[in-house]
Amino acid sequence: MAAPLINIKEVSYEYEQTKALDHISMTVEEGDFLAILGPNGSGKSTLLKIMLGLIRPSEGRVELFGIDSRQFKHREWIGYVSQKSNSFNSAFPATVQEVVAGGLAKKAGLFHKLPKNTSQQVEEALDAVGMKSFKNRSISELSGGQQQRVFIARALVAKPKVLILDEPTVGIDVQNVQAFYDMLAALNRERNITLVLVTHDVDTVTDRISHVACLNQTIHFHGFKDQLHMMSDEKREAWYGHSVRKIHHTEGSHTHA
Amino acid sequence: MLDAILSYEFLQNAFASGLIIGVIAPLLGVFIVVRRLSLIADALSHVTLAGIAGSLYLSQSVGALALLNPLYLGIASSVMGSMLIERLRSVYKHYEELAIPIILSAGIGFGAIFISLAEGFSSDLFGYLFGTVSAVSRQDLFIVAGIAVIVLAFIRIFFKELFVLSFDDEYARASGLPAKWIHFLFMIVTALVIAGSMRIVGILLVSSLMTIPVATAMRVAKSFKQTIWLSILFGEISVLTGLVAAFYFDLAPGGTIVVTSIAILLVILAYRKISLSKKRGAAA
Repeated sequence: MAAPLINIKEVSYEYEQTKALDHISMTVEEGDFLAILGPNGSGKSTLLKIMLGLIRPSEGRVELFGIDSRQFKHREWIGYVSQKSNSFNSAFPATVQEVVAGGLAKKAGLFHKLPKNTSQQVEEALDAVGMKSFKNRSISELSGGQQQRVFIARALVAKPKVLILDEPTVGIDVQNVQAFYDMLAALNRERNITLVLVTHDVDTVTDRISHVACLNQTIHFHGFKDQLHMMSDEKREAWYGHSVRKIHHTEGSHTHA
Repeated sequence: MLDAILSYEFLQNAFASGLIIGVIAPLLGVFIVVRRLSLIADALSHVTLAGIAGSLYLSQSVGALALLNPLYLGIASSVMGSMLIERLRSVYKHYEELAIPIILSAGIGFGAIFISLAEGFSSDLFGYLFGTVSAVSRQDLFIVAGIAVIVLAFIRIFFKELFVLSFDDEYARASGLPAKWIHFLFMIVTALVIAGSMRIVGILLVSSLMTIPVATAMRVAKSFKQTIWLSILFGEISVLTGLVAAFYFDLAPGGTIVVTSIAILLVILAYRKISLSKKRGAAA
């Protein structure tokens, strides 16, 4: 049996003497569409940053593709899309094409130029997110939703096996959130890209994901989304910190916080 | 003017150095501006002042160092300043911007002490503060040319990494690029450009040649590469016009270069305003 793409083993993280994560263990298998859910301050983004190697855990370790994350060299296999407003300079003078081509920097390698077919690869990635016609537009002219699609194209251009997204719909208007998650589901289904997503859009995302992890310093549930309704009320309350209503949809059983 | 340049070596040195600086200062300036590091350039230029003043003092008081080119100590202190800024930024993780005023005031402080020890301003020091046309030596030109080779090689080798790092620092680190090392090298190269540019533009105005042409280019450029080319174009126009004006009117070139670059900025801002109101008028 192939090793999980991401294997988190007993990971803890302390920030200024406050425990953000407490002995987290979970795996992400090929083809999964995993949503990590939890209240504000539950450690969701911290867990993603540990997966990405942006911060080191205080305890435990992470394996990527069966290799300890500290020794893992193929970062281009893992695409990353951060919260829109987090690190990107919104007035940056660059075209969409230039931004997406930046996604090939690691794959091309240090001391090497971008490949000759960069333009074609960029167009393909933009096509996958429905933004091909915007390639010559300035990134600062686009709406929040369009910018996030461009950032997904930047992650896709290196043909990653896993895409990690940290609250990608922050700043996107409600009407476009549905279409955004449809696009992610299509990438998961049609291109077999494994997706790990931190989100608050529980209502919108539930129909599209395959797995759920309920996090609040520790993992309260991790498994198929269809098993989430089996989580007891006590466990659900312990996870979210206050009472959570369980709503049953006619087409299935989903839990909404 | 051309006759004068062909006749006098000091003018050849000044214009050749100016042409080189007109390329490298705005080129690196693009990355400095988009990474919001403009104030670091100011801090490093003031640290360079301490090195230059220290060198001028040493050349007065230590006979063996009388012929030492102050640029060397200026470059050394600028590079050291860039490393100290990085060190302080890691010490004050939540107040990274504190590193800039600390290093800037340290530079002025040491500079003031060395100037006092050297018993006031000399014409040499005035040239380092505001630039000079007449005192650029062939050795200065070679140093500037050497710095230009390093800068151009650095940008050529690490262009794609610098672009990603400038656009989105967190993404650069998450995608496994050696962001820390590239930033460290970037700071050293910035220190070199500041030290190299000050002979023409002067310590107090060097950061403006790295930022004003870029600020102008950003108003009209449609892409990152276009921003770079336009910044260099505006930088070259500023340097050449400024040097000619400085030569004919016997002014400090730092002043004429910066005033020219501000004039270009104002023209572009006015052009943008007129073209925007025309567009709005057509749409209404």
